[in-house]
Amino acid sequence: MDRRRLFKLAATTALATTLAAGAALAQEAVKIGAVGPKTGGLAGGAAVSFWPNVQLWAHDVNARGGLNIGGEMRPVEIIEYDDQTNPGETIKAVQRLATQDEADFILAPYSTGLNLAAAPIFDRFGYPMVTHTAISDQIVELSQRFPNMYFTLGGATGLAGGVVEVLTKMRDAGQIGNKVAMVNVADAFGIELAEVARPAFAEAGFEIVYDTSYPLGTQDLSPIVKGAAAAEPDAFVAWSYPPDTFGLTEQAMIEGLDVKAFYTAVATSFPAYAGRFGAAANGVLGAGGVAATSASFQEYAARHEQVTGAKPDFWASGMVYSSFQILEQAIEAVGSLDKEAVSAYIAENDFETVMGTISWDENNNNAAYWTVGQWMDGVFNGVASTGREGAIEPVAKTGWE
Amino acid sequence: MDILITGLLLGGTYALIAVGLNLQYGMVRIMNLANGELIVIGGFAAFWFQTAASVSPLLTVFLVAPVAFALNWLIYTVMLRPLVKRAKSRGQLEVDAILTTFGLSFVAVGVMLAVFGGDYFSYSYLARPVELLGATFGLNRIMAFLGAVVICGALYLWLNHSRPGLSIRAIAVAPQSARLVGIDVQKLSALAFALGGAVTAVGGGLISMFLTLDASTGVMFTLKALIIVIMGGVGDMRGTIVAALALGVLESFVASVLDPGLTLAAAYLLFLLVLLFRPQGLFGRGQA
Repeated sequence: MDRRRLFKLAATTALATTLAAGAALAQEAVKIGAVGPKTGGLAGGAAVSFWPNVQLWAHDVNARGGLNIGGEMRPVEIIEYDDQTNPGETIKAVQRLATQDEADFILAPYSTGLNLAAAPIFDRFGYPMVTHTAISDQIVELSQRFPNMYFTLGGATGLAGGVVEVLTKMRDAGQIGNKVAMVNVADAFGIELAEVARPAFAEAGFEIVYDTSYPLGTQDLSPIVKGAAAAEPDAFVAWSYPPDTFGLTEQAMIEGLDVKAFYTAVATSFPAYAGRFGAAANGVLGAGGVAATSASFQEYAARHEQVTGAKPDFWASGMVYSSFQILEQAIEAVGSLDKEAVSAYIAENDFETVMGTISWDENNNNAAYWTVGQWMDGVFNGVASTGREGAIEPVAKTGWE
Repeated sequence: MDILITGLLLGGTYALIAVGLNLQYGMVRIMNLANGELIVIGGFAAFWFQTAASVSPLLTVFLVAPVAFALNWLIYTVMLRPLVKRAKSRGQLEVDAILTTFGLSFVAVGVMLAVFGGDYFSYSYLARPVELLGATFGLNRIMAFLGAVVICGALYLWLNHSRPGLSIRAIAVAPQSARLVGIDVQKLSALAFALGGAVTAVGGGLISMFLTLDASTGVMFTLKALIIVIMGGVGDMRGTIVAALALGVLESFVASVLDPGLTLAAAYLLFLLVLLFRPQGLFGRGQA
């Protein structure tokens, strides 16, 4: 044996020893893929509702020692990709996770559009897809085409119906009249909800006195709020997206749009909303809600803030975390990384989550979801749902002070 | 009247977004695609000082301006001057600058994500109604409009009545000949670029008083600024201001009288008409 070979042998032995030692210290990690916007149009929303929960969930699981897979504790390793809010990139990232990173499971992407884009590719690779931020009225068709797709956050009809229900309740209590001003952002979400809400309001006996749309990214919303104010409505309803939810509220304060029911949609439940408007936010209605006083949510919110340094929102955040919990509980119950078995287990069981019990109807849909919440003293509690517990009574808004 | 004031206020916002780019593109021929990111950085500085230390955004801009000036001076001397030196023609410089600053915009978004996170930053400042001729307007928008007036006015005077300003305009017209009459082209180009950056960042600080920004919103502002600068005529301060105000008034008019859903269509129609009938922009000179 010459010197060179001796050296080689020594090196190989050393390497093998290190590897063996490493393996003994830690079990092989379970690879979990996470795809969502870090840049692009929806990055702001994902930074509040999605990414912190990915971090929190991985932290929680690993703090417990990992996932219990057939008696073996294995940590989770998250592989993150930024899809730039671009459906093409979402698909590419999921494909990459499936084929190159060989991820054991993939968390559902963020937002309705990106979930719909990614559904075929999740389906092709057989990954269970527990969505958390997909709002659609096409759930029946989707669940038939993609049997491994699950829905938790509800549909447009339910969300719009919740608003009609709350306004009807307030009208019957004599708090508001029946004139509604309705505006929507000219984007898939806003258009669909406005179209669903229009006949629903008419059916409930409301008169829509102002009805218009505005382009996404409108920098001056004052003409819209002025137009709405000129119609002298009793209630203002905006199917809005994050930047305009803030903009419409501020403009309503400036114009003195003093309605007893003021509703803005997405991002009303964000902590930044109360952070910006403070006491003026009291009484504002918005999309979503949670059982804010429930022990499970409060414990979750405290942990979220402690681990990620940010507060969760009062709607999607909890559902995002819950969808991860569902996956986690299913993997542990099945006791293996068999995607098909995990998916079958999800379909057949109910799950205890931070949002309460999640159970499925025949379309893999969580039929009981929050639809409307209301700000009061820094908390956005649910006031209407399609069958969840913990709702409180809506109150009339008393000015912007 | 109400519509006109709303439109002028919006036009002021647009002027803040576009004036800095006009300095950079019009005078130094650097089509800075990272313009929007600089707006967001200015906005973030205002947000941070307001929420963490309760410093008024109107004061923060005095801190933002020199920092942005220094930063842009550095970007120009380190990154862009080599491009200017090796460019054989104006066209080549524009292509190189577009590619470089496009890359810079990605870097800026990445750095902002790492530093501030991707969350929306929004705060409430001077969101008080002000009565003007029988209608109400947001005080923060009025303050931003006044800021735009001060900035645009100062730039206009500086460019037309001061020696460095006139020299910069000479560079804009004929970079080769400017050197012959004893103008330090390199130094003044850097000055104009840095000044453009400072103005943009200050604009960002002012508009953050009423717009909700996040790390990725920059590109939206870059697009708007491009339209305004090209519509007004590249390299002409008056053109940019007129185009910004015209766009603001048009959008407000359409939103109030016709339908808010048509504002974008109207804005692009105006842009199209200008390009069709006056391709050099409202105040631009024809290509020599």
